[in-house]
Amino acid sequence: MRKLPKSWPADQATTSKAAIAHESAQKQVTGEAVYVDDIPEWPNQLHVATGQSTIAHGNIRRIDLSAVRSAPGVVDVIVQQDIPGDPDISPVFTGDLLLAGEQVNYIGQPIFAVAATSFRAAQQAVALAEIELEPLQPRLTAEDALAHEDFVLATHSIAMGDVEAALANAPNRLQKSMSIRGQEHFYLEGQISLAVPQEDGGMHVFSSSQHPSEVQKLVAHVLGVPLNLVTAEVRRMGGGFGGKESQSAALACMAAVFAARNQRPVKYRMPRKDDMVQTGKRHDFWNQYDVGFSEDGRILGARMILAGKCGCTADLSDGIVDRAMFHADNAYSLNAAEITGYRCRTNTVSNTAFRGFGGPKSMVTTEATIETIAHRLGLDALDVRKRNLYCAEQDETPYGQKVEQHVLPELIEQLESQSDYRARRQAVKQFNNACRWQKKGLALTPVKFGISFTSKHLNQAGALVHIFLDGSVMVNHGGTEMGQGLFTKVAQIVARGLGISVSRIRPSATRTDKVPNTAPTAASAGTDMNGMAALDAVNKIKSALFEFAGEHYRVPVADISLKDDCLWLKDRTIPFEELVKIAYMNRIPLWSSGFYKTPKIGYDRSTGKGRPFYYFSNGAAVSEVVVDMLTGEYKVIRVDILHDVGHSLNPAIDIGQIEGGFIQGMGWLTTEELLWDEHGRIISNSPANYKIPTAHDVPEIFNVALFDRPNTEETAYHSKAVGEPPLMLAISVWCALLDACASVSEYAFTPDLNAPATPEQVLNAIQAAQAYNAEQSANTEESC
Amino acid sequence: MKFVLNQELVTVELEDASTTVLSYLRTQKRSVGTKEGCASGDCGACTCLVGELEKDTVNYHTINSCITPLGAIAGKHLVTVEHLAQEQIHPVQAAMVKYHGSQCGFCTPGFVMSLTAFHNALFTNADITHQQPTREDVSSAVAGNLCRCTGYRPILDAGMAACQSPAPQLHNSEVRHWLENLDALDDTPYYAPQTLAEWSELKSAFPAARAIAGGTDLMLEVTQHYRDIPQLIDVTQIRELRVFDLTDKKLVLGAGLSYTQLAERCSSVFPALTAFMPRLASPQIRNRGTLGGNIANASPIADTPPILLAMDATIELNNAAYQRRTLPLDEFYLGYKQTQLAKNELLVSVRIPVAALTHFHRFYKVSKRYEDDISAVMGAFRFHIENGVFKEARIAYGGVAATPLRVKSAEAALIDQTMDNENALANALQNLADTLEPLSDVRASAGYRLTIAMNLLRKAWLEANGEHLPDLHTTAYSGEVGYA
Repeated sequence: MRKLPKSWPADQATTSKAAIAHESAQKQVTGEAVYVDDIPEWPNQLHVATGQSTIAHGNIRRIDLSAVRSAPGVVDVIVQQDIPGDPDISPVFTGDLLLAGEQVNYIGQPIFAVAATSFRAAQQAVALAEIELEPLQPRLTAEDALAHEDFVLATHSIAMGDVEAALANAPNRLQKSMSIRGQEHFYLEGQISLAVPQEDGGMHVFSSSQHPSEVQKLVAHVLGVPLNLVTAEVRRMGGGFGGKESQSAALACMAAVFAARNQRPVKYRMPRKDDMVQTGKRHDFWNQYDVGFSEDGRILGARMILAGKCGCTADLSDGIVDRAMFHADNAYSLNAAEITGYRCRTNTVSNTAFRGFGGPKSMVTTEATIETIAHRLGLDALDVRKRNLYCAEQDETPYGQKVEQHVLPELIEQLESQSDYRARRQAVKQFNNACRWQKKGLALTPVKFGISFTSKHLNQAGALVHIFLDGSVMVNHGGTEMGQGLFTKVAQIVARGLGISVSRIRPSATRTDKVPNTAPTAASAGTDMNGMAALDAVNKIKSALFEFAGEHYRVPVADISLKDDCLWLKDRTIPFEELVKIAYMNRIPLWSSGFYKTPKIGYDRSTGKGRPFYYFSNGAAVSEVVVDMLTGEYKVIRVDILHDVGHSLNPAIDIGQIEGGFIQGMGWLTTEELLWDEHGRIISNSPANYKIPTAHDVPEIFNVALFDRPNTEETAYHSKAVGEPPLMLAISVWCALLDACASVSEYAFTPDLNAPATPEQVLNAIQAAQAYNAEQSANTEESC
Repeated sequence: MKFVLNQELVTVELEDASTTVLSYLRTQKRSVGTKEGCASGDCGACTCLVGELEKDTVNYHTINSCITPLGAIAGKHLVTVEHLAQEQIHPVQAAMVKYHGSQCGFCTPGFVMSLTAFHNALFTNADITHQQPTREDVSSAVAGNLCRCTGYRPILDAGMAACQSPAPQLHNSEVRHWLENLDALDDTPYYAPQTLAEWSELKSAFPAARAIAGGTDLMLEVTQHYRDIPQLIDVTQIRELRVFDLTDKKLVLGAGLSYTQLAERCSSVFPALTAFMPRLASPQIRNRGTLGGNIANASPIADTPPILLAMDATIELNNAAYQRRTLPLDEFYLGYKQTQLAKNELLVSVRIPVAALTHFHRFYKVSKRYEDDISAVMGAFRFHIENGVFKEARIAYGGVAATPLRVKSAEAALIDQTMDNENALANALQNLADTLEPLSDVRASAGYRLTIAMNLLRKAWLEANGEHLPDLHTTAYSGEVGYA
């Protein structure tokens, strides 16, 4: 059999690699696209609501649900003991309980659940419960947990070189600590699942989830049935961003328990007011850096302590804090480093995956450090950055992986020139000298983001490609569609592989009974993995077809190809439909499964060394801001982005990911302030007080371009992952705000600026810089 | 009650006055193109259009269907996303596809509806010439719609591009005929009196009924706290609450006018109020929310009371016995959420002395987000300056105390002082520091609020003295040095 290359050369000027629209765009603009809440309801369908803990930590003394049971419309009420199987629905470790047992560990934790004939009846009923809780002292901050060594998981460290000596011998040294707040996902479609009982005690679950295989597994566990009785199905999500990786399972499990008990379809739609309280968010971090650097700004050594506020359970925090550690270098060679990650336990909702998965938290601190070094040395921060970038001479990361594709030095040069960085730096200085009431800031920051799950076993994917007898094609794989365009890209990959137009290809809902044992759609690796699995299926089908065609038409297999919807033989073409029919009549398989596992990767946790990432995606952004000196309000004036997606599979979708990720990251670092009160109650609990960006917040000038160099690794048509990396381009906005605040003291002083940099935080930083100025002039007067 | 849903004349037996348009659509009608994102009027995913016959045209505006009671659309044309693509896809929908304006798609129907309202007004409203709208126009049209995927740029591109193609009619002659002849509300628990006299009657007949204007706050009891409100009396159609009158003495603003209507009508007589409106909530909320609601709700963080306090507004109240009284707004607020409004009283109108409109005045709002956010501090300032001396000063705030308030001690510090007297300003600022007792909450700390309150007074004082402080959000900085 002919051995086919893994990737085809990009030689076909067809829609298969063009900027075509999202496969669901037409349905979405007309309102026809079906989300879980839009599935027609059964007449006997039930709706779920939960009764929640009102304290952050305590023992459950007494639960009286009699009034709940007798409320209008209530059909069933359950507590933990009513769960037939295992009530623990943790994704990796233990401790995430579907319903609380003896103890509550955060405000909002579900204690009991109700199924009623309507959504409203269920919500009204839960308010009638009488629950007696004995309060215990809660732990609410990462700092507190760190001080008491209260962790959900063991501490992990990575190290390179002799940090102690490097720091001791460095001509310059700075210590910096920084608190960075979390982020609410605010997917527009809230968490939701619908469970429909099947024969043999089975369950079909429609879920808005990034991880259908885990939904399947956990539903089977709570029901106490084998996995082959449960099917999880996800057609599309109304946004995920990591928030539906582990968090969606609870809704599926709850709906399934009620569906099994009552043998009726059950929907659990979480209203926004519950979703913002009950589901995990991006981790808060408390970071402490100790950095030594040379007179020209070269980092000589760094000790970094990263403390993630994990909440009350582990959830996915191990990988998240690991990824924060792996990205503490961002794009810079640290020479010597010791990086320690703590997984702090708090009596708050268990924090979870969010686009960037820990990476942004260390990277923003690293970039803040670079700004500070530049201020100390009187250098432009861009020059400090360029001096420290990984390059051929300095290519080793603290975890032992070598950076092989040195994309950033050239990318940054190009962006610096295209964005007119140097001239604008001068213009910013002139503006700041001339304008008393407003100050501008400018910053260029890079992103280097590792692609692959750091848990090696998750780096596998499966796909199914079916060619039907009319020449139409269906593709199915383990990846889920949350708006990121995965289904569109995989359809384009299949079209390109088969040499047919994309319009022939229909992506179908992700289902655990089609492709089993799948990884979550996460880590930006959806297209890399599922696209390659689909290509594997395509290649198997093509091999069989070419072998058959070679014999049938008596042509050497080497002279056969598929392109432009035809089979090309030496001297003639066969239309694709005809080929399909002839092949079928000759009993040639027209469908195949495909499989992919990411090569080369492996990380040894015991040594803290290895290759956790297949490759790195890169990018850089220049942001310019203007700040009001009287109020701390600000505006992002201009942003220029140059981003590395390898060879783009679909430039429109890639640019959509870059712009969307950037604005989401900008929200995290500017207006989105996640706040708890002193009792551990989240007070940014609704869109009325948690403010994600609106259209007005988009920069006046927003230039986004693709760097367009092929990935040198064997990925789908040499593309690169794009989901998460652009979020961290927004660190340039935060750095520009810091730059504007530091300009108040002529950069002689770096004020603290917490993240997010709300107008209040910016005004605090401005006032700190003004206080520094006042102190300096007082000192000068004294010395005179 | 009767209304037109897209192309269908609908009759509904309204059992509960607080049934929302969205729950009717999704639960009763099983029409699921319209999405629920937050159920609190903050995200815009549920945006629908409401068409009302006014003179010869049917004017369409956006609403958040999640917090609009169904009774409020009686006799009107409710347009949902399902209606737009008739024989062919609507230009807005086509542009959203072409410019990649949808990713996850959940917010998309809401954006499509907001852009359609904008597009429709552009082509049907005689006041607007068919000029190409600016990017800011399109951005303002979607200010009440949140998207978490795209970063908005492609949506704005789509909005701009769609305006190149003419708008298809949102109604045909049959729908128009229905709208002309609908006897909308009958035998429902949602009442909409047309006069104060009718309101008085209803008020005595149904003492338990709650009053509703835009309902943008009241309906949160229904959608966030799951309370049922069996009977509602909608006061927005009462003739006396819809006045807009300018005499040589005063400007009279009906309490039942929506913010959108106020913004339109005040554009020449009180342009500072019109200019401020984009900072007040979202288009969908401004289409429903009323001036009276903002005042009577007595929130310490409401945006219009500080403005009205600075302008020396008086308010007119009527009781169910049809007795009328007026009082200065300054005397209306008694404490947190407490006012002089008696149980049987209704806020009818607001009067602003015309003289105040001629004085120097500035309104500043500080919030985390520019659009559709609640104030950390709202500052409103008016200075009557004669021969370089402050003859009158008004310094009013929201967000710094339990009620919106004037700081009379700070005002007094400026009176009869020359306008550039920095010592007088320093005294006024010190008065603020001594008087104000702001709280720390999710929006801001007490310390920040106090600083801002003082800095906003300083800003107004500087501006009164001719200092140029460019407005951050309306200045186009990209035209400056360093831009090619």
